[in-house]
Formats: sequence, C-alpha cells, structure tokens
Amino acid sequence: MNASRSLGLRAGLLSAVILLLVLAIWHVATLGSAPVAAAGPALTPEQIEYAKLMGKDPAAGGAPSAKSGFPTLAQMGSTIVRHLSQPFYDNGPNDKGIALQLGYSLARVGLGYLLAALVAIPLGFVIGMSPLVYRALDPFIQVLKPISPLAWMPLALYTIKDSSISGIFVIFICSVWPMLINTAFGVASVRREWLNVARTLEVTPLRRAFEVILPAAAPTILTGMRISMGIAWLVIVAAEMLVGGTGIGYFVWNEWNNLSLPNVIFAILTIGVVGMLLDLMFAKLQKVVTYVD
Amino acid sequence: MRTDNRFDPYNADRPLAMRCACGQHASAEEHLSAEAAVTELKRRSETTEFEAYSNDFIEASLVKALFPHDAVRRRFLRAVGKGSAMAAIGSVLPVASLQAMAQEKGALEKRELKIGFIPITCATPLIMAHPLGFYSKQGLDVQVVKTAGWALIRDKMLNKEYDATHFLSPMPLAISLGVGSNPTPMNVATIQNTNGQAITLHVKHKDKRDPKDWKGFKFAVPFEYSMHNFLLRYYVAEAGLDPDRDIQIRVVPPPEMVANLRAGNIDGYLGPDPFNQRAVFEEVGFIHLLTKELWNGHPCCAFGTSTEFIQKNPNTFAALYRAVLTSAAMAREARNRELIAKVIAPQAYLNQPETVLTQVLTGKFADGLGNVKNVPDRADFDPIPWQSMAVWMLTQMKRWGYVKGEVNYKQIAEKVFLLTDAKKQMKALDMKVPDGAYPKITVMGKVFDPEKAEAYANGFAIKRV
Repeated sequence: MNASRSLGLRAGLLSAVILLLVLAIWHVATLGSAPVAAAGPALTPEQIEYAKLMGKDPAAGGAPSAKSGFPTLAQMGSTIVRHLSQPFYDNGPNDKGIALQLGYSLARVGLGYLLAALVAIPLGFVIGMSPLVYRALDPFIQVLKPISPLAWMPLALYTIKDSSISGIFVIFICSVWPMLINTAFGVASVRREWLNVARTLEVTPLRRAFEVILPAAAPTILTGMRISMGIAWLVIVAAEMLVGGTGIGYFVWNEWNNLSLPNVIFAILTIGVVGMLLDLMFAKLQKVVTYVD
Repeated sequence: MRTDNRFDPYNADRPLAMRCACGQHASAEEHLSAEAAVTELKRRSETTEFEAYSNDFIEASLVKALFPHDAVRRRFLRAVGKGSAMAAIGSVLPVASLQAMAQEKGALEKRELKIGFIPITCATPLIMAHPLGFYSKQGLDVQVVKTAGWALIRDKMLNKEYDATHFLSPMPLAISLGVGSNPTPMNVATIQNTNGQAITLHVKHKDKRDPKDWKGFKFAVPFEYSMHNFLLRYYVAEAGLDPDRDIQIRVVPPPEMVANLRAGNIDGYLGPDPFNQRAVFEEVGFIHLLTKELWNGHPCCAFGTSTEFIQKNPNTFAALYRAVLTSAAMAREARNRELIAKVIAPQAYLNQPETVLTQVLTGKFADGLGNVKNVPDRADFDPIPWQSMAVWMLTQMKRWGYVKGEVNYKQIAEKVFLLTDAKKQMKALDMKVPDGAYPKITVMGKVFDPEKAEAYANGFAIKRV
C-alpha cells in the first residue's frame, strides 16, 4: 500500500517536472522573437509608412511581437483565460464561445455514436452467436473497416444532401466497426461451460442472451465502445474542418484561416482534455462490468 | 484626478468593461471603434443623399446593363421615350421590383434566408449588408454563414441548405452546364466584385519576376471553375508555359494559401484578397502583380442562387437583390472603404487583422518588396453581370478542356447571367430589343470579341481543345 502510494507521488512529481520542462523550453524558444528595438532615426518617412502597413509601427516601440512565429507562454495564457472566461457567448452563426462549439461537436458525436451502438451491438450479437452469419458478413466488414471515415464525406454530402447529417453519418460509420467486431468476438468467446449449463437448465434463448452471454461479453463490448468513442472524437474534428459551420473542428479551421496559432493551440488542448474525459468515463464504466473468474 | 482615464470608470452612462463585452476585440477601445464604424456607416447609408445615390446607382446599373453601348441607349430612349422605357424596365423581374424601389413591395415568400460566403474581401457587399442592416431593412432575416471551401458552397447550394450564396463567377456556369456537378440551373444576379485578386509569390522568388522562369513552380488557385484559375492559365500561357505541364496548379481553399506558402508547399498563388496582402503582412510573400493589370475590371466573385429559388420566391429574391446592390453602392464609394474594413474584420466575418483589410480595400498597400503602392481601384464593386464576361469564361473553359464539343456561348451566358429576363419582357412588350450586353473586353492587351467566341477559344497557341 505504502509503496504504491509513494510510487504515485513520485510519478506525479515526475509529470510536474516534465510539464515544467516543456513550458520552460517553450518559454526560452519563443523569447528570441521578442520585439527588436526600433532602428529609429535611420528610417525615411516612406520606410516608416511601409513598416506601419506591415503591422510594425516603429513609433510605438515594439511591434506586436512574434506575429508570424510561435506564441509566447504569456500570449498562450491570456488566450486560454480569454476563451475560458467567456465560454458561452454567441455572436451569430460564425462566432460562438468555445463551450458552445464543444457542445455542437459532442452532440454530433453523441448522436452518431448512439446510432452506431444501436446497430453494431445487436448485429455483433447475431454475428457472434452464428458462425454462418459471421462467415457471410466477414468479407464486407473487412472491406469497409479500413476505409477512412473522411473518404465517406463527399459521398455522404452528395447522397444525404445535408451537411450536418453527413457529419453524423461519418461518426456513425467510423464508430460502428470496433463495436461490431468486439461484440462479435466477445459473444463468440463466451465460455462453453456456461452455455452448456444454460442449455441443461433449459433457459429460453432470450434469457440466455441477456443473463448469460451479455454479462459475460460485457467487458469486451465495452472495450469496443471505448475504442469507438476515441475514434469518433478523432474524426469529428476533421469532419467539422471539412464541413464547417459549427463545432470545435470549425473553430480550428476558422482560427487557421486567421493564422492564429494561440487559438489553434488552445483548441488542440481543449480537444485533448475532452477526449481524455470521454475515455475516463468509459474506463469507469468498464470497471463496473468487469468480473473476476 | 486624471481626466483621460481610458476606461472611463466614473461615467454613469457607460458600462465598465475591462475587456470588450462581445469578446471579439482585444480592448474596450477597439470594440468601441468597431461599433463606431458600424454606426457611422449606418448613418451614411441612411442619409437621403445616399438613398438617392443608391437608387440612382441601381437604376443606372440596370439601364447600363441593358444598354452597354451608350449610343444604343440614346437611340433607344429617343425612339420609345423615357416613360415607356422606364415602364418596360419596371415590368421586368427580378429587375422590376428594383426599379420600383420606392413603390410598394410584393409580399416576401420567404423571410428567413441562409446565405453562404467564403471569408474573402470579394464577399464584402454580401457580408457588410448584414451588420449594416441592409437585409433587415428589406424585411429579410438573413444568416450569413462562413463556409470552408468552394466545393462545399456548390454542394450546399445543390442541397438547398443555402438560399443564395457567394459564388465564384464561373461556378454558376459550370453548375448549370453540369461540369463538376449535376447540372442544376443557377443564376448570377450580380457580380460581387471586380479586380481585387493578385499573383503572390514566395519571398524567395523575388528575383524571378518573369513568368518564363516559372517552370516547375507549384501554384494554388481557390477552385477549378474560378477566374483565378483562368487568369493564371492565361497569364502563364502568354509567357509560353503550358499550365498543365510546365507548372502545377493545385486547388487550395483561400484561407489555407498563406499557410501553404509559408510551409513551402507552393511557390505562389493567384488568390483572392485579403490572402495576398496577408502573405505580405506575414512576410512570406510579395505581390507580383494585381490581376487588374491583366484585365482591368474583370469580374471575380458573384452573388447568385438557383433558378428554382428565383422562380419560387421572386419577391424575396428582389428584396435580396436590392439589399446586395445597396451594399455594393456603398462599397463602391472610396470614402467608406476604411470603415468597411473595420466592420468586416471581426471573427464572425473575415477574421483578419484590420490593417490588412484596409490595405486591400483602400488600395494603399505594402507590396512585400519594400514599396508602398497606391492603387485606389485595386478592388472595386461593379455589380453588372455582363454576358460578355460569361462568354469569356466559357471560352476559357473550352480552351482548357473543361467543356468539350460544341458550346453555345451566348445561349448559356444568357441563361445564367441574369440580364435576359429583361430582354424577354421587352420583346413581349413589342419593343425593339437592344443587342448590347456584350461589350468588348481586353485581356492582356488582346481584344476579345464576344461575337467570335469560338474563334477566340481556338486561336490560342497553348490549349486543350
């Protein structure tokens, strides 16, 4: 007990050290691009005007430093504070707070994911229980599984004729496979003895499915669901960058459009944190359904 | 106590906003100056002077569109008289309700509209009509929606997610022809802007100003069916390079051009502003030439919608048309340009540094080579959709193999570029129809005669016919 606690403490310390180190490197690396002292008297009026048009007013002392380079830590910090202090503002369709954008993305992911689960888990059950269906569907699954979700996008836009439904479809199509395959695998590898016991007790098939197979396969099914959620969250950003409109992906695109690195970095951090939270949620769920033989 | 406190904390009439209230600006001051720009432009747009000016402008645009040759116009007016000429123009849709600005408007079939745009300065009239309230003045509730690329604009138009949109002017031609999409009839109502593009090269090519030296270069254009593509191809072909073999032309959405230029993925681009100026601002590129130098007054982007939408919602379309034309009238005036830059700079619209937009719109700009240039008509907003422009685009589509076989230039141009409705109506009213939506065009010193389109398309040394 004591040993593991001290290990946790040491690991935490090490994480903190690594973080500080990264931040320090960042700080030092971006320091170099601090404003250079103005050359002052050597400039002709024309040169001064040119500098002003380039966004570097010599009279004002420093230019807005490092406008093309990487943001400094201070800039980054103020960007984070600015976004987090106003997460819910809404200035029309093209300008919304970060929380609203995340909300749109999560809603899309949630809907596409739910649809995928509704299809994949029952289908996976059937495939897992019946070797015939498994063999028949396997070639299709093998071909469809490796297709990049974004490759579906043009086709979806063309046939579905609605960009937000297309986005949801892309989430659906990418999260369906891991769930399907894991469910099928989990169901197929339920211990023979348990099924035999169920058979001897003459349990109805429905009861057998829900009271023997489902609990036994639950950990594997949840693993599939966890993988799917990870993929769905990866895909939504790319899909929204492509389709635009709303969502965290659109936010990244819009800030790329503005060539604003601090905002893009902020979005990346946000995506990472949200992805981690989603994953933690599934980890908790997995713990609930895991059993010891 | 100091009296010049910039936050004005003792003013009972002002909220004490330490940061700007809308979150779009770095400081309260900036927020106020943007607000002031909107207020000032609104005030200007509400003066009787401007209203008279914009009415005149719209009317003059229409008459000019019908009679591009002044001699023809005068002959026509002398023959039929002013009254009946006005009645003739007034009886026409969509042109009709425009003419009847002051008179009663028809009931709107659809009030809530979605209009797409790409965040570039070409969309200026379309965008600024929103904050300045030109749409709402027409009784419309318009959402202007920023869109990630031209292919998406096309798809969303075909899907009917957008009611009307910002187009590249050749796009409605291509979509109507079914080139690169299902054939769906589209219409160009107005040209959004003329000029306003440039060829930008990477700073490392400062000494390669002659296009003959560009062999192996990689260029970006925003879309296949764009004036950018056609002008770039025209320009390098005039220098003796084959745009399909000697250089590489890629399609890159405008906002991504600067990032690609910086990364060295491309050597340059013929792109829309503000991305030419932005490359200069970022010190990664310089402006090689303004497209104005290739064809002064060339169209670039357009405002249009599907033919179906116009037929189903004629009054709504007319209201929309009025709003956009009023906006164009406003944008044409040089004195408004600086304020317009302020209005369209925020995140909801172009999301660009204001100084970049000001340079594009006022034409006083840094060229990236250390010179300050002054070209007031660097970007202009002349809304007339000349059919000769459409014919020129079609000749280039033919020349580069985007359309194959027989092309009925005039028929397509007249179907897509909305000037013909007017003519049809005049014919119905038994009036002699002036033949004149085809003024001649000069591109790189060579005169293009729309009457001899086929010969023109076939007459180039480098072509894919």
